[in-house]
Amino acid sequence: MTDLSFEPAYDASSENRSLWVYLERKGDSLAGVSRELLGKARQLANEADLELNGLLMGNSLADVVGEACEYGADVVWCCEHPLLTDFNPQAYSYAAEQAIRKGKPSILLLGATHDGRDLAGRLAVQLQTGLNADCTDLVFNQEKGILVSEVTGFGGGVIALLECPDRRPQMSTVRPGVFPPAERDETRPHKQLRIDIDITPANLQTTLLEQETHQGVDLTQAEVLWCGGRGIEGNFESLYQLAAMLGGDVGATRPPVDDGYIERERQIGQTGVVCRPKVAICFGISGAFHFVVGVEQADLVIAINSDPESPIFDFADYCIVGDAQAIMPALIKAFEQRMEAAHA
Amino acid sequence: MPERHVAVCMKVTPKPEEIEVDRETMLILREGARSEINPPDMNAVELALQLKDQSGSKISILSMGPMFFDPYLRVALAMGADELYLLSDRAFAGADTLATTYVLARAIEKIGDVDLVICGEESSDGATGQVPPGLAAWLGWPVVSMAVAASFDADGDHVRIEREAHGRSIVSAPFPAVLAVKTASNQPRFMDYEQKHWAFEDVEPVVWCAQDLNADPDRIGLKGSPTTVSGLRQAGTRARKREHLVGEPAEIALQLVDLLQSQLLR
Repeated sequence: MTDLSFEPAYDASSENRSLWVYLERKGDSLAGVSRELLGKARQLANEADLELNGLLMGNSLADVVGEACEYGADVVWCCEHPLLTDFNPQAYSYAAEQAIRKGKPSILLLGATHDGRDLAGRLAVQLQTGLNADCTDLVFNQEKGILVSEVTGFGGGVIALLECPDRRPQMSTVRPGVFPPAERDETRPHKQLRIDIDITPANLQTTLLEQETHQGVDLTQAEVLWCGGRGIEGNFESLYQLAAMLGGDVGATRPPVDDGYIERERQIGQTGVVCRPKVAICFGISGAFHFVVGVEQADLVIAINSDPESPIFDFADYCIVGDAQAIMPALIKAFEQRMEAAHA
Repeated sequence: MPERHVAVCMKVTPKPEEIEVDRETMLILREGARSEINPPDMNAVELALQLKDQSGSKISILSMGPMFFDPYLRVALAMGADELYLLSDRAFAGADTLATTYVLARAIEKIGDVDLVICGEESSDGATGQVPPGLAAWLGWPVVSMAVAASFDADGDHVRIEREAHGRSIVSAPFPAVLAVKTASNQPRFMDYEQKHWAFEDVEPVVWCAQDLNADPDRIGLKGSPTTVSGLRQAGTRARKREHLVGEPAEIALQLVDLLQSQLLR
């Protein structure tokens, strides 16, 4: 309860010179967002002269420890316990708090995933520290010696710079897809530090009765993104067909999601997913900033819209003024033609 | 089974598409934007009402914010909620998640008999989803996020929650607990015409200030917020080629297929 003394864990004067990344698992390997975070964290750790540590929780973690080290962690703090087999916000925040109070990192980064958000939100209160959530970039301010987290979401393409000057750790959750994944180096040494966690079933508080895992949609890992807006009038069938033929996955702006043409998991942008595909192809999308932030990291953007004044053309490498509904079947046909030519 | 007391946390937010920024001063001009109930909170109210329909519970609406929130929040009363608590004090201004969740937690403790707190997934102006787990941590209660449905167990001690997050799962939580409802997972009902007069004219909201909550002055508002906004900047947009492709759809399509295939081979 709030009357219990929640005391700050430690402050800047007693922190250790380390940067921690919470490592999320996907089956027996490291989740994509954790590889992305390790890449960015390595850069920040070098700039700030911090040791890069991973924080890993679960049961039988040996494979993931090795993988995390190969993606850049110097040491992985490991909380292994049968009660930590499945993610549980109460148990994971309880275990993480113990590890953090021991390790006293200066910075703690987590992916802004479902689990990462649940964990970060609890942990920040337990540690009485600041949490900057859903960041799209991280910068180390040499002068102040602190982390600056960038977030969008104030409308009109404005980015806010957020800090946590005094309390520690400086916590930030980062949107999946905003950083490129770290390079794997299989020659890096595997180092782990095992933390004994004193945990009982009562710490879980909730019980998982049934679970049907399916990985579902993960647009952050798509190489090609076929995006549809209002202008395709719900014809996502053609986009799925193109994705099946040419590779990639299908995304959408908000209006078709609101109109029920496509599931919300496929919404791209400010209130959806941020992606960094090799190519994003935007059909019938006007280019509101809310959407554009979601494809800004694409290597190449192609836009098709019938209105030559559409803002989307300012954000595109290749612009086609025309009817998206006519280009879609033409693309399918063109691909078939090229395939036939290749096999002739 | 005793009647359960469900508290729904709500917020009034400026419509995101109407917020403007002064390009010179980089100040956020919220004044020009109209306000609305944070849309994900409507899904929280709907889930609470579904629980009330199933097994009769009392629903209290809880919100931290200025007094102008009052008329907006009454919509939830007209939909079927029973009581309205507004936590309003200048000293609460400038609160980040830590300070906000502290105030909400104090209020829930003061109400005293709350069994279940239901929140929206996130706010449309902050979009961080950190209030439900933070609030749960202050209270020492479990949190279940991404809830799409809930029902009270026959034993009367637990709530059974269906959630949708990388797959579907069923979680059982003992009372008291905090739920966060997945955005757009239900269709919020319309106001009940017969409740409208009562909701908008008759209800006296309970208004609590910092002192009423016996809130620690160091834990509220700006002072209780460890995070700071150090600046705003214009988002840099990546320079793009902006090259126009012209021709018949069939010609453009062939160019695009070649462009795609060469880009993917790089």
